Amino acid sequence: MTHLDGNMAAGPLGDVFAREVTTAVATCAACGSAGPLGGAMVYGETMGTIVRCVACEQVLLRFAETPGGIRLDMRGIDVLAWDA
Amino acid sequence: MTRGFFRRHAEPADGNRLPPGQYLERGFPVLSAGPTPRVPTERWDFAVYGAVASELRWTWDEFHQLPRESITKDIHCVTSWSKFDTGWEGVSVDTILDGVELQGGFAVAECDGGYTTNLQLDDLTGGKAWVVDTYDGGPLPPEHGGPARLLVPHLYFWKSAKWVRRLRITERNEPGFWETLGYHDRGDPWQEQRYAGD
Amino acid sequence: MPATEWREARVAEVVRETHNAATLVLDVPSWPGHRAGQHVDVRLVDPADGYEARRSYSIASAPADGLSITVERLEDGEVSPWFVDVARAGDMFGLRGPFGGWFVWDAPLGGPLLLIAGGSGLVPLMSMLRHRRNAHSQVEARLLVSVRGPDEVLYANELPTTGAELVFTYTRATPEGWSGYARRVDRAILADVAYPPDAGARTYVCGPTAFVETVANELVALGHDPANIRTERFGATGGG
Repeated sequence: MTHLDGNMAAGPLGDVFAREVTTAVATCAACGSAGPLGGAMVYGETMGTIVRCVACEQVLLRFAETPGGIRLDMRGIDVLAWDA
Repeated sequence: MTRGFFRRHAEPADGNRLPPGQYLERGFPVLSAGPTPRVPTERWDFAVYGAVASELRWTWDEFHQLPRESITKDIHCVTSWSKFDTGWEGVSVDTILDGVELQGGFAVAECDGGYTTNLQLDDLTGGKAWVVDTYDGGPLPPEHGGPARLLVPHLYFWKSAKWVRRLRITERNEPGFWETLGYHDRGDPWQEQRYAGD
Repeated sequence: MPATEWREARVAEVVRETHNAATLVLDVPSWPGHRAGQHVDVRLVDPADGYEARRSYSIASAPADGLSITVERLEDGEVSPWFVDVARAGDMFGLRGPFGGWFVWDAPLGGPLLLIAGGSGLVPLMSMLRHRRNAHSQVEARLLVSVRGPDEVLYANELPTTGAELVFTYTRATPEGWSGYARRVDRAILADVAYPPDAGARTYVCGPTAFVETVANELVALGHDPANIRTERFGATGGG
């Protein structure tokens, strides 16, 4: 199963974040590497958005929008940074 | 409403075979939460642990000493596609749990790649669930969950966890990967239990 | 209105690009504008039962030229056939966006610019080339397009007017008398076509997942800095 680029998380995550999320730099809680979310790997297809670290493949964040609402799990990110 | 647009697949239901909101799919879509794990069978094992009197573990060879069954079932994905008469081979979860002293009424399937899903033991026993390693007469391909996956066809297919390695028995229900994101705890397609609260 | 709100897009014009692709020029009230490389989400609703299908499509137009998307009909597609074969001026559908701040290029970012397209992956790259032309940018640009045959080249008449160096490779059928590349993009083609690794080129690769993966991996193997390579894979939810 191959992935999409982090860019494709922009739509779903745009419902939650006021700032452009694909240019935000995420520090992976598992391996410590940092990079823009736009360059991360996106899985999950129609069920949800699962963003994984390019370096170690661990989950950075998990997101799903269902009729019940939006759920977002960001335990896989130490820090999410938007430069001024 | 979009003029001239219709869903691709308006197949009439085969009697009552299609659960509500489902359509018949000819292919076999692959949907994953992560990259496909590649585990050689020499390194594969399967274990039952957690709220049990003692743990059980099988290597690939030992797993193949267990009594096997051929299963043909319809499967239903929460993303609306259904596939009729899918053919599998594997070991019934009843066989796997035979003789195990269970100290809890729930289970969590734990998989290579980190995926989890929760099930009631009621939904795993009584001839309703298998650990399968063969699909359509051949070895289960990695993108469809090989070497082995859980098969629980009476529930939505996200419960049929790919790349399953462990069944952890639990005293309480512990929602898994999709369940914690808003999907239904049980997932019965005939009651259209797609999302939490359905 | 934030990008994440669904709006009503009206089809202003449908322009057939090839036998299986069309560009739809759209009217969206209060469209905020976009950057070259961004995409939109679309939503079609079956009037019979309210069934909703959503897809993402890259914006084809330059930021200064309004909003248009180019859609390629996929063989088993549910949504793409509507855009290519059914939609006509006056039709309405749901749209939101623009999305994507990472796979974008604007002239101030500079170059040289290396654009690599697999099939309909050319769409967002065309937005970049159209923007470059509008901005009278002096940035050097080179476009490598991999496509099945000459009758599937999008924007065939416009490409030579963009001012970018064009390189084509055909994977199934070649034009009469063709002496250029006639195979899938591989390391040898990239070694010929890419700027030298130390030229600091900005590279954008777009197309089917396998294509993008191969190209990106081979560029890195040739010594190109992964940080300067931006990719957009068309997976199952992009198009179809």
